[in-house]
Amino acid sequence: MITELGHFAVCLALAVALVQTIVPLIGAHKGWSGWMAVADPAAVTQFLLLGFAFAALMHAFITSDFSVELVVSNSHTLKPLIYKIAGTWGNHEGSLLLWVLILAFFAACASWFGGNLPPSLKARVIGVQGLIGVAFLTFMIFTSNPFERFEIPPMDGRDLNPLLQDPGLAFHPPFLYLGYVGLSITYSFAIAALLEGRVDAAWGRWVRPWTLAAWVSLTIGIGLGSWWAYYELGWGGFWFWDPVENASFMPWLISAALLHSAIVVEKREALKAWTVLLAIIAFGFSLIGTFIVRSGVITSVHAFANDPERGVYILALFAFFVGGALMLYAARAGIMEAKGVFSSVSRESALVLNNVLLAVASFVVFIGTIWPLISELVWGRTVSVGPPFFNAAFTPFVVALAVILPFGAILPWKRAKADRAFASLRVVLFLAVAAGALAFALQSGRSALGPVGLALGLWVILGAIADLWLRSGRGSVLSRLGRLTRLPRADWGKAVAHGGMGVTILAVAAMLSWQSEDIRVAQVNEPFELAGYQITLKQVTEEQGPNYRSTMGWLEVVDGNRRFALNPERRFYPAAGMPTTEAGIDYGFLRDVYVVLGDPQANGAWTVRSYIKPLANWLWGGILLMSFGGLISLTDRRYRVAAGAGREAAKPVAAE
Amino acid sequence: MIRALRPLALILALGLPLAAPLPVFAVQPDEVLKDPLMEKRAREISKDLRCLVCRNESIDESTSDLARDLRLLVRERLVAGDSDGEVIDFIVERFGEYVLLRPLPGGANAILWAAGPVMFVIALGGALVYLRGRRERPKAPGQEALSTEEEDRLAKIMAEDKLS
Repeated sequence: MITELGHFAVCLALAVALVQTIVPLIGAHKGWSGWMAVADPAAVTQFLLLGFAFAALMHAFITSDFSVELVVSNSHTLKPLIYKIAGTWGNHEGSLLLWVLILAFFAACASWFGGNLPPSLKARVIGVQGLIGVAFLTFMIFTSNPFERFEIPPMDGRDLNPLLQDPGLAFHPPFLYLGYVGLSITYSFAIAALLEGRVDAAWGRWVRPWTLAAWVSLTIGIGLGSWWAYYELGWGGFWFWDPVENASFMPWLISAALLHSAIVVEKREALKAWTVLLAIIAFGFSLIGTFIVRSGVITSVHAFANDPERGVYILALFAFFVGGALMLYAARAGIMEAKGVFSSVSRESALVLNNVLLAVASFVVFIGTIWPLISELVWGRTVSVGPPFFNAAFTPFVVALAVILPFGAILPWKRAKADRAFASLRVVLFLAVAAGALAFALQSGRSALGPVGLALGLWVILGAIADLWLRSGRGSVLSRLGRLTRLPRADWGKAVAHGGMGVTILAVAAMLSWQSEDIRVAQVNEPFELAGYQITLKQVTEEQGPNYRSTMGWLEVVDGNRRFALNPERRFYPAAGMPTTEAGIDYGFLRDVYVVLGDPQANGAWTVRSYIKPLANWLWGGILLMSFGGLISLTDRRYRVAAGAGREAAKPVAAE
Repeated sequence: MIRALRPLALILALGLPLAAPLPVFAVQPDEVLKDPLMEKRAREISKDLRCLVCRNESIDESTSDLARDLRLLVRERLVAGDSDGEVIDFIVERFGEYVLLRPLPGGANAILWAAGPVMFVIALGGALVYLRGRRERPKAPGQEALSTEEEDRLAKIMAEDKLS
């Protein structure tokens, strides 16, 4: 019964979404305030209906209702509760329901927190958001209904893909979707502004927190996925340039660009047309991402549920939303006249360069991802584009970005002196280069990647610290420290996020260039050495998990005076008939000890693969810092003081 | 693409579970060459070669039998005295260009390799043109000296002021 109610709620939500699209948009066009006011209750109703539908589906998963087809193919009675819940979105239909739920959630948020928006802009934002909802709800109801029933329910389910039965991956999709779908609201803002015919500083201020929220969610989502790949796939990689990873990376890069250009709109009323275009492209990449994941047109390790027909539908949605937006953009771009003027050396120019680099970097990822498809279609030439291409073509832009970041961050608005900025960063530059040179001297005969990455990472981290310090003004150290605590949160957020990027660069370089590896057939109780660690395979036992069997290795690692045990596992999930590995990892501040258990060999030996991964935790730490920086910035006073938004925008540039 | 899907279709037809990277081992201890330098070269080459029956993995990461065969083949050629380039050519000759994870620069692929740098130059050019337009002019609109008509009007107003 609850399932039917859920199904009914989805159909009702479609009807509400239609109303939410048509009535407010007409109202805003004609200037009828009554019609515009429909937006608020419609958005909230749609969200409540979809929330109910999602809860109904989750209920079916928790109670293992095997009359629901989706539960049968993605759940099992023995599965731990948390993965029964995660099963709700660990499949195509359920994840689509989550997608529309988040879409409606953002429309409802625009209604709840949009009190300071002009009524017509708000009506248009919610209306456009409703239109996206209509498109995805029809897609779900007609091609992938999560509430499909079986006439004769089977006794038990076929289990969730065991790879997804993992805490890292259970929460990876919701965060990623928050990010993907969060970009829909910036898209709606862009379309609404184009319809409205006005893009001003206030618009920049409204659109930025939404972009920030979406970007933070994407960062966390990508980080979780990367962490999962690190400990689950068994060779300690963290990024594979897989099409589906790229699908999440492109919107991340573009939304990072959008974040920065929206600042210029907000503070200086320049870059307006470009910012609106970025908002459209960012959501376009979200749709492409969905298309890549759902269509299976590009082979990927992630293609859990794909179907070409669904792909065609998403492609049509993409053509409609992006094509339509670009036509509107072409017609209206002329109205967005820039006001602020600035010299070639200024914060504005640095942010323009940041946008150029981020946009080109995401373009490189894009063309690399779809190139096999183009090449096959146009020239009939089957090619692969893998990590070696991306490493070569993408990295230079990140390096350039890291080089200019500390400079750009401390340049004043409007007009700056390059030599003064350089003088402020002399110490930072010296320290970073010295550290890189030292690393180069200590490591003999290895690639330059490590030292260069170290220098770059330190340059960005120390640059972020210097940025904060310069903000604290003049005077004694004590009074400057006091002033630091009173800086606007946006300043702190910026420094923390930039520092996080530096930490991430440092960690990536260290992991790629200073890792030690050992592959061997290990005899029980015969210790072996790896980079100063003594590792011994003690025994291998068979264990029984809740819904899997495990072959568990017991290894003892001696690190100087410290001894610890690691338990790498090989699991087999009988319901799905699939094996997985769990690496045994000792997480340390400066390094991870990472061991994987392989196949049994003759006379009781086992293959063991062990790694020492330097600064592995710094990678996750850097990603966390980036998202944390975004969150701090999101709590900045100027976003909380709703009423003052319009007035403050008129003030000269004081805060940043 | 079609070629990429064929092994996939085979796996589906056989009803094998569609696992993502099969979580056992890639490089096996018995494959490792005695000479560490040569082994290092073999690993580097393996990272650039695609496992043909996998979704999107190099033979260095893959656990499939085909990937193992290819890894052994790479090592065999290295031991026989081939240079890195010769080994790769040897493999491409037998398995086609599809095996290369680093696409060849020749032919249409030139577009792929040039795309980033060309786009960067275009974007940078666009940005420079934009910045030039944004530069503070000595006479920004609004701060311009008064036009002759305005001066006349001002003079009139001043004159009227004096009269009253």
